[in-house]
This record gives sequence, C-alpha cells and structure tokens, in this order.
Amino acid sequence: MSNPAPPQDERSRIAELARATATNAPIESAKEPSLSEALHGYLERLRGGDIGSLPAILGLLVLVVGFSILRPETFPTASNLSNLMVQASAIIVLAMGLVFVLLLGDIDLSAGVAGGAGAGVMAVLMNRYEVNWVIAVLLALVVGVLIGLTIGLLVAVVGIPSFVVTLALFLALQGAVLLLIGEGGSVPVRNEVIVAIANRNVPVPLGWALAGVACVAYALVSLIGWQRKRARDLSRDNFVVLLTRVLVISALILAVTGLLSQNRARTTAVVLAGVPYSVPMIAVLLVVMTFVLARTRYGRYVYAVGGNAEAARRAGISVRRIRMSVFMIGSSLAVVSGIIGASRLQSVAPSAGGGNTLLLGVGAAVIGGTSLFGGKGKVSNAVIGGLVIATIQNGLGLLGQPQNVNFLVTGAVLLLAATVDALSRRRRASAAI
Amino acid sequence: MTNSTDTPPTPVDPEAPALLSMRGVDKSFGAVQVLHGVDVDVLPGQVTALVGDNGAGKSTLVKCVAGIYTTDAGEYLFEGSSVHVTSPKDTSRLGIEVVYQDLALCDNLDIVQNMFLGRELRNGIVLDESAMEEQARQTLASLSVRTVRSVRQLVSSLSGGQRQTVAIAKAVLWNSKVVLLDEPTAALGVAQTRQVLDLVRRLADNGLGVLLISHNLNDVFEVADTITALYLGRVAATVRTRDVTSSQVVELITAGRSGDLGLAPATASASA
Repeated sequence: MSNPAPPQDERSRIAELARATATNAPIESAKEPSLSEALHGYLERLRGGDIGSLPAILGLLVLVVGFSILRPETFPTASNLSNLMVQASAIIVLAMGLVFVLLLGDIDLSAGVAGGAGAGVMAVLMNRYEVNWVIAVLLALVVGVLIGLTIGLLVAVVGIPSFVVTLALFLALQGAVLLLIGEGGSVPVRNEVIVAIANRNVPVPLGWALAGVACVAYALVSLIGWQRKRARDLSRDNFVVLLTRVLVISALILAVTGLLSQNRARTTAVVLAGVPYSVPMIAVLLVVMTFVLARTRYGRYVYAVGGNAEAARRAGISVRRIRMSVFMIGSSLAVVSGIIGASRLQSVAPSAGGGNTLLLGVGAAVIGGTSLFGGKGKVSNAVIGGLVIATIQNGLGLLGQPQNVNFLVTGAVLLLAATVDALSRRRRASAAI
Repeated sequence: MTNSTDTPPTPVDPEAPALLSMRGVDKSFGAVQVLHGVDVDVLPGQVTALVGDNGAGKSTLVKCVAGIYTTDAGEYLFEGSSVHVTSPKDTSRLGIEVVYQDLALCDNLDIVQNMFLGRELRNGIVLDESAMEEQARQTLASLSVRTVRSVRQLVSSLSGGQRQTVAIAKAVLWNSKVVLLDEPTAALGVAQTRQVLDLVRRLADNGLGVLLISHNLNDVFEVADTITALYLGRVAATVRTRDVTSSQVVELITAGRSGDLGLAPATASASA
C-alpha cells in the first residue's frame, strides 16, 4: 500500500482545492480564429518547437539573395534556374522516399545505390536487350520494390536495425551494379523519353497551361475545403491566412514558370525556353504523396507508427506491414530519382547513386523539416530541402569553389539541420506539461 | 460516502445482474500460479475498484479480462452468457475497452486523430475528417469534458490529466459497455486527478460498467461503488465502499482479512 488514505477533512480540502483550480472554459466552439489569434497560435507553435520548414525557407531566401549578390551575372538567370531545377529534381525525389522511412524513425542508407541499381537495370534492358522504355522503367521500379521488400523483411520481421540492413545493402547493391554494368564501363541512355526528363522542356504554352491549372486547382481545393468546414462549424484556418497562402504559392508557381518561359539560348539561332519536364513530374509526385500521407488511412498509420509504435499496435495497426511498406516506397522513389539522374547524365555508371547521393537526399529531407526521430515530416519538406541543397551546390559551383568546399559546406548544413531537429524535439518534449 | 463502522459490512449481492463476470479464474505462468479462483463482477452504472498490493495479481487479472492472457480455468461471462475470449479483438467486439497506464496515445497526432486511431471513418479512400471531428466533439461533450481547448490540438501539448481524458474518451467513443482503467491517476497532480475521477464517475453515471484498478485508496473511496481486494492472487473480499473504512481495506490488501471480512485465517496464511 503506497498511499494510505488521509483523514476525511484533508481529503475534502484537496477536493476543494482541485475544484477551485480546474478550468471551466468550454471546448472551443470551432470558431474561426481571428488574424491575431492565428498569428499568436503560429508563434506559440514555433516556440513549442514545431518549426516545420521555416528554417529551410529562410535559408533558401538567404542563399538566393547571397548568391545573386556574389554572382549577379550568372546565378539569377533563367538558364541557371533551369539548371538548378534539374539538379534539385533527383535529390528531391530521393528525399521524398526518405521522408516515408524517416517518418518511422528508420533510415535507408541504401536508397542512393538502390536508385543507381534501378537506373542500371533500366539502361541495360534498353541498351543491350532493346526493351521498350515503358517496360524497362516498370522493371526498374520492380527492382526498387524488391529492394524495399528485402529491407522491410529484414527490419520488420527479422528485427535487424534498419541502419545495419541498409548499410549492408549499400555495399551489396554497389557490387550488384558493378556486376551488371561491368567494371570501368558505363551504359548509355539514348531513349528519347528518358533523356527528355532532365534535358527537354515543356513547350511554353503547355507550361503556362499546366501552371494555371495547378494554381486554380490549388485555390479551389483550399477554398472549397475551408467552406465545407465552415458550413459544419469545424476547426479551420483563418480565412486571410488561407487566402495569403494560396496567393503566395500561386505567385511562386507563376513566377518560376515565367522565368523559365524566357528564351535562354546563348545564340539567336535556336530558342530554348520552357519548364524542364522533371518539374511537373515532381509536382505530380508531390501532390500524390502528400495526398497519401495526409488524407488516407495508410498515411495516418505511418504517422501513428512513427509517433508511438506501441499505441499503433494496440489500435490494431499492423506495425510490421507499415514498416515494410515505407521501405518499399522509399526504394521505389529512389529508383525514380536514379532514372532522373540517368536522364541528366544520359548514361549510368557503376558508381551511380554512390558517393554523396544519399547524404544529399537525407540532408534535403531533414533540412526541409522532417525529423530524424520519426513521426514528423511532410513530402513538401523534401522539395524545400532539395532546393536548398541544390542551391548550395549550384551557387558554390558558380563561385568556382573546389569540391572540398562543397563537401564541407553541405556536410555542415546537414549537421546544422540535424541540430535544429534535435533541439526542437527537446523543445517539443518540454512544451508538454 | 459514509465510513460507518457501526453496521456490519455486507458482501455484495451476488444476484445483481452483472455486465461482465469472471468466475473462478485460475492463471499460472509456468510453475507459479498467479490467480486462484478469482471472481470479479462489473455492474452497469457502477465503478468497481480492483485493489491489491504489488504482485497481488491485479495486472494479470486485467490482462485476462482484456483478452491479452487466456485463463487456465474459470468462466468469462458477458451480459449473462458465457463467452470465449482469446484476443483483445474479441473483447473490443464485445464492447470492452481498456485504458492502459501508459496511455497509448501518439504525441504527434491531434486529439481527433488519436480518438479514431485504428478505426478511422472514411469517405471512399479519403479520411472523413469532418465526421470524425464532429463525433469526437460530441463524445467529449457527452462526458462534460471542459479541459481541452481545441480537439485539433496535438496530444504532445496536453497535460497528463488531459491525456488521460483523451484516452478515456477514446475508449467510450465506440459505445463500449465496459471500461477498464489501469491506474488512471498515477502520476497526476491534485487538480488533474480530480478531473479524471469526475470523468470516471460520469462514465458510470452514463450507464457504463467501470473497472478501476488503483493503488490509491483516496481515489477508490472517492468514486468506487464496490471494492474487490486481491490478496496474493485470491479475492480477499468484495465489499460495498459505503460499508467499509479505508483501514479495513488496507487490512484486506495487506493481510487478506479484516475482522470477519476476507479470507479464512488458514487460507490467508497458507497463501503467504
């Protein structure tokens, strides 16, 4: 007996005290917050360690302004912007897959080389066996799914920590790609469609049309959803905040489209304009993956398992199946990223996806605001973080910095992002009473 | 609550219609028999407290009721008929919900998302957030919960008492008939304990059967209608709260008997 009953009078005194201190405010009746309440709530969340993509957005602004001042002739130009977008594409897609893995608090160190392996399979099939590109891409994706399945089985069923499994696969897959492509060689990628991803542009009118559709669709989905919530008197954003967000994002989409629609050819003989094909591809992936994470039961379960696996298990969620699925998504998106990389280089080397590829992907996800501790992150984090990484690489390249500086800076930025993540997590933990 | 020692304590009427009854439950782990012929009843509209010292078998009994452990012997009666319970899924199908000590909430999800975790409402493949928010709001209102500001708050921003409230509200969201609460006020402050005990009382007042596992006799005397005291894996006694004093319950817990209540002296000493 740890706590014998106190005498009656003390008990009633405690009860009295409790009644006096208990709050009696009713549950918020789902009123729309005023602008100042919305702002206050946001600041409160920031203070509580829920900073999301804010550091990445600020960092991106600083980088863009800084490089524009240092290299006004080359950095803020349409041709460089197009370059930067293509550079960022492979990183972003890799990071999108890693977001799923990181949401569970796991890591996939083999994602980069899994992408290389997928791209290698695709290139070899098209080049040596003259397989149709659709089938080659599908088979490459199957390779991705199988790699993810292998990792998932070893992590979720056998119970090996994910970093050990994927570290082993990081080596093994490099061996497999070397075997497939042959030492010292590389497989060219000549297929029109694959090469177009990173090297051709969407025709300018079509680019404008796509940008317009994206803006209108985003605005409609936001406004209709908000109106529906208001009709049923549910929690919702402040209308001004919502409208500002829609306008800012639409303006960004249109501004980038406008910049990329300018003719950026060096000579007058040809016209080079339009959004690179990889950009709408990323937009589609962003919408689909965000829908999966935010609006479906599967996505909810991914967050639940990442937040508290035991609670998820007790709620009847198959933690094992969710864990396997995120590795499968991670590796499949890594293959897509590998294909974008192959398109950019128009070949696949045995070292594809090795080196710092994975580090950049993880860096992009974490810089964008996805937590290494699981349970917190969005697909859009990968886009913002990928742009930050690509801007650093692109800008340092324009400044003529050697590779060692590039490595040092990128490593430092990743460490900085991980530090911010760890500190804000501590803040979140202490924010709860 | 009257702590009268003048009237002799009376055992609970065995004829009262119970929602859930365990009869003669035995449970062993290897050579160690943890439960010996335990009887426990949960009545509708009443709070039944399960008390006992560490190792008395409270947790084991709760896990048997929850379907996590299967019993070696004994009968599991639900609404008067014998049922076969082999997994937690069986019990939640019957309408028995368990609120565990360590809460089982996801910090990174909000209150609505936690309350519907594993049983999300959907519109096609899309989560029906509006319906879930409305139902969560109604459930909290029906329990007169006034301590949370917004149902879209993340659980990580809630206090211990508010978390416990969400965990309990989650359990009653599904029209459950019996709620098992494992040490709901452990690690809570005075005001928060008050909130949770009020909520426990309201659950019973809404007609649910509540089985409250607690170490804290204050809490037990505050909300329980009947008390079942376990002593070394046996039921020492099941008594009405108003018929006993806390010192009698302490004796039941520590010695297995108190006056003419509890185990026969021979049994009590044999168990020890």
